[in-house]
Amino acid sequence: MDQAAQTIVAIRNLAKAYRRGDQVVPVLTDITLDIAAGDYVALMGPSGSGKSTLLNLIAGIDKPDAGSLSIGGIDITALDEADLAAWRSRHVGFIFQFYNLMPVLTAFENVELPLLLTDLSAAQRRQHVGDALEMVGLADRVEHYPSELSGGQQQRVAIARAIITDPTILVADEPTGDLDRVSAEEVLNLIDRLNRELGKTVIMVTHDPHAAAKARSIRHLDKGELTQ
Amino acid sequence: MYYLRMIVRNAMRHQLRSGLTVLGIVVAIVAFGLLRTVVDAWYSGAEAASKSRLITRNAISLVFSMPLAYAGKIRQIDGVKAVSYASWFGGVYVTEKNFFPQFAVHAPTYFNLYPEFVVPPEQMRDFLHDRKGAIVGRRLAETYGFKIGDTVSLRGTIYPGIWDFVIRGIYDGAERTTDVSQFFFQWDYVNETMRITAPRRMNTVGVYIIALTGADRASDVSASVDATFRNSLAETLTETEQAFQLGFVSMTEAIVVAIRVVSYLIIFIIMAVMANTMAMTVRERLSEYATLKALGFGSRHLAGLIFGEAFVIAGCGALIGIFCTFPIAERFGKATGTLFPTFNVHDETIEWQIACAVLIAVVAALVPCWRVMHIRIVDGLRSIG
Repeated sequence: MDQAAQTIVAIRNLAKAYRRGDQVVPVLTDITLDIAAGDYVALMGPSGSGKSTLLNLIAGIDKPDAGSLSIGGIDITALDEADLAAWRSRHVGFIFQFYNLMPVLTAFENVELPLLLTDLSAAQRRQHVGDALEMVGLADRVEHYPSELSGGQQQRVAIARAIITDPTILVADEPTGDLDRVSAEEVLNLIDRLNRELGKTVIMVTHDPHAAAKARSIRHLDKGELTQ
Repeated sequence: MYYLRMIVRNAMRHQLRSGLTVLGIVVAIVAFGLLRTVVDAWYSGAEAASKSRLITRNAISLVFSMPLAYAGKIRQIDGVKAVSYASWFGGVYVTEKNFFPQFAVHAPTYFNLYPEFVVPPEQMRDFLHDRKGAIVGRRLAETYGFKIGDTVSLRGTIYPGIWDFVIRGIYDGAERTTDVSQFFFQWDYVNETMRITAPRRMNTVGVYIIALTGADRASDVSASVDATFRNSLAETLTETEQAFQLGFVSMTEAIVVAIRVVSYLIIFIIMAVMANTMAMTVRERLSEYATLKALGFGSRHLAGLIFGEAFVIAGCGALIGIFCTFPIAERFGKATGTLFPTFNVHDETIEWQIACAVLIAVVAALVPCWRVMHIRIVDGLRSIG
């Protein structure tokens, strides 16, 4: 396997600024970064350093002002909204700080949600969802609504939802930020397992040095620039 | 099924808010249906009127009568099959509130011209043999409890005095739209009384009813009738029965227009209420819609969820509203007594109610849908419901 094939995320001279009225506030400046397939990267930095913005750009839910951003060989900055949505559904698994589960759907239905965008039959979807919930240790909670689950359990449902489509990358924005220490540890171990056992590429934004320590590499951002 | 489940559960999330919105829609749909039924009832006389019957009246005004002698001359006009006549009586039954139409009719011919008034033969025979006999519509009989053999006293206004009539028959309508709230009695009874009390008013009639040999003859027969009596003391104006009835309706056109405007206003108000409900709902769930967008769901899916929810709420309201319209209209019809000839909820009214519900749902969902489609995912994820 050559070097190009190993690089799953290729960022070149990426820049992003926000506009507040006439004022332009630069958030990311000239970011160049490569992430290898199967890597587990923690993005750290103080508040306002641009780490979440960088994660959003990598996940394809925000657009850069300049530079190129290639994921799995696809320049996602060139995709229009519809193509980008379709790309996200196939290649990105999201793990949010506040889980972002649909409160009206059961754990099973929440995990099934991304599969509705695939051609899988209902039986195949059931099988996949069952496997994913088994993997996160919630096979006995399939009919529970998010409000009936603890924070840690909700985040595990969210992780099952993130991996259900077998995405190219997993992006996690402060995945333990809303959890107690025990639940956080469970979630971090689960993400670690996904990386080690399933070879998932994980990019995680965190403030927590303990969480970052689980990653294989840590990149620091400060004032919109990668410092190390 | 998955999406439908999600839509229904979303609609049920705020049960009080959704319930109140549904209740508002129910009230609006019922009110709209009721007002439309009032308008339909207003026009029901004209709708039920025949196009193959003509009405001849005094050209100056309906309040002026015509000589009885015109009957023979009209009968001789080509295209005329039969002629009858009637006079508006305008009596008061107990109090002025108890309004119902009363006509003195030429009994031997009148009911032959109106086959939609169905009278049992033996009752018709009794009526024809009793100079003081009367035939009343089924609805009128039910409203005032009239039974065959009862004596009904009317206080005359156009024809002064107390007039006693004996109910000899009760007629039913051949059609659903037939007016079954009228009171008919013998013109001869009025005429004979006039001979004694007001001789100048005897042998006069209010209107002539002309049956045509064919509906296509209406125009030329009308012209011939009016030409026959041109330059006479009582010139005539002849028109189809439908045009004659519409002439009455046009006198109250402003009321009909006002009722229509109010019915549209009701729909407009509930549209605003529903739009507010949907706007609040979507604003609270922006982060959920943003999550769906992040997961790859496109505008079509999001629009489906929002419109679907609006349709579920509006549909529930419309369904209950339409079902409630029938009993409420029936009670309303009874409460108004014989004010309206018929008071039935038409199929067209139901179609309009459904159309209004669809319009309410579409309008309510449009703006929130546009907002969700255009919000940036990162902004949506940051929003707090």
